[in-house]
Amino acid sequence: MELFGGFFEQYGQLLAQATWDTLIMVVVSCVFAYVIGLPIGVGFAVTAPGGLHPIRWLNMVLGWVINIGRSIPFIILLVAIIPFTRLMMGTALGVQGAIVPLVVSAAPFVARIVEQSLAEVDPSLVEAAESFGSSNWQIVYKVMLKESLPSLVRGVAITFVNLFGYAAMAGTVGAGGLGDLAIRYGYQRWNEEVMIAAVVVCVIVVQVFQSSGDLIARKIDRRRA
Amino acid sequence: MIEIRNLTKVYEARGEKHTALDDINLTVRDGEIFGIIGASGAGKSTLVRCINLLERPTSGSVIVDGVDVTGFKGRQLHDLREDIGMIFQNFSLFQQRTVAQNVTYPLEIAGMGKRERVARAAELLEMVGLADKAKRYPSELSGGQQQRVAIARALANEPSIMLCDEATSALDSLTTLQILDLLRSINESLGVTMVVITHALSVAEQICDSVAVIEAGRIVEQGSTVEVFAHPSSAVTQQLLQHRTVSSTITEVVTERCVITEAIDSETATDRKVG
Repeated sequence: MELFGGFFEQYGQLLAQATWDTLIMVVVSCVFAYVIGLPIGVGFAVTAPGGLHPIRWLNMVLGWVINIGRSIPFIILLVAIIPFTRLMMGTALGVQGAIVPLVVSAAPFVARIVEQSLAEVDPSLVEAAESFGSSNWQIVYKVMLKESLPSLVRGVAITFVNLFGYAAMAGTVGAGGLGDLAIRYGYQRWNEEVMIAAVVVCVIVVQVFQSSGDLIARKIDRRRA
Repeated sequence: MIEIRNLTKVYEARGEKHTALDDINLTVRDGEIFGIIGASGAGKSTLVRCINLLERPTSGSVIVDGVDVTGFKGRQLHDLREDIGMIFQNFSLFQQRTVAQNVTYPLEIAGMGKRERVARAAELLEMVGLADKAKRYPSELSGGQQQRVAIARALANEPSIMLCDEATSALDSLTTLQILDLLRSINESLGVTMVVITHALSVAEQICDSVAVIEAGRIVEQGSTVEVFAHPSSAVTQQLLQHRTVSSTITEVVTERCVITEAIDSETATDRKVG
């Protein structure tokens, strides 16, 4: 107990700050990744062959953008777009500097999982909606997005956990947060306690977010009684 | 009145052409229940979807109340579809909407205000006997109840035409009878013209005024139900009629079994109480 008390007195502040920084990075970049990725994913699903409004060339372009975005390893993307990050945020360092590469890397991922969620919607429901005179836009937001909501929520949880991992990587190049803490104290100074504490916090945060995602998805899923 | 003139639908997949509908001509009179009978793959689903243009005919025309609707798009198409309700084999209810929200969907699309929509949905659910299920979700209902919700939804905008695509194929025989009764009474009380697609002759026999028999994309026979059933002129109809005799025998056997099983069940229950 004594031992723990001493540890928290010394590192508690540091750990809390790192956790806070990571959460800010992940939540903000998750929001922006959806702002960009959701419309792309919807567009990709809608323009697909056999989709609501097939447009071959647009679908191919979107497919390419998504695949290229997803094929660049995060650690390389992080460094490669530093000039762009500076342009956007004025700095490539700290929490602000991490958000740009996190968004750029997560948006194509979001687009892909949104498209997958929409693909699960029963085509006969889309047909029924058409038979009542719905416009394509109405079918997208009144039927496709609404019917796939539980799946979309699960997608948010997955995206969050992915971003959490990426945010730790961003820590290695000066982004701050739990990854930074684990590297500087744990790896470079051989301070095992801090490293273990950082890992424990990571596990707890991921568990909390994943379980709440699952819980919400289950709560709003009306497909089974 | 619905007139279908020289309607042909050709699908093209990988350079190969497949004629799903071949020079179809038929007339559905106002207020009647018109059956289109055929085996699966005969083209009946495609045909019924040409009426509300879920499928676009390759050539020929669809004329509703004297107006050629075949080329309708945008606003005109929207208005046409508002006047044609449709129900489906697997009900196609929106799973994430409550029963009442399913019924109000076509009203939302038609731009009706919220208070009016809710009142209209209550009225419709009352009519199909599901007033108490308004706040439930489709997954909580039986198949027959789900189809009733779908019927209420199809009638929401007071259409003059209703299309029924194998509406009872996923239901047991007793529920089928109840749904057919409901359709018949709607037809009589509201004067809605109905086009009923089915592979089951018994369905056509029970509710249709006229029927057309379709095989491999062509109409092989049409006329009043009584006439076609009494004097089938095509080989397909004769075959279907023979098949029907077998299936009604099966239905009888099944019904008898049900009675016996129920009897056994109640006996067992009594035994348990005694024991």
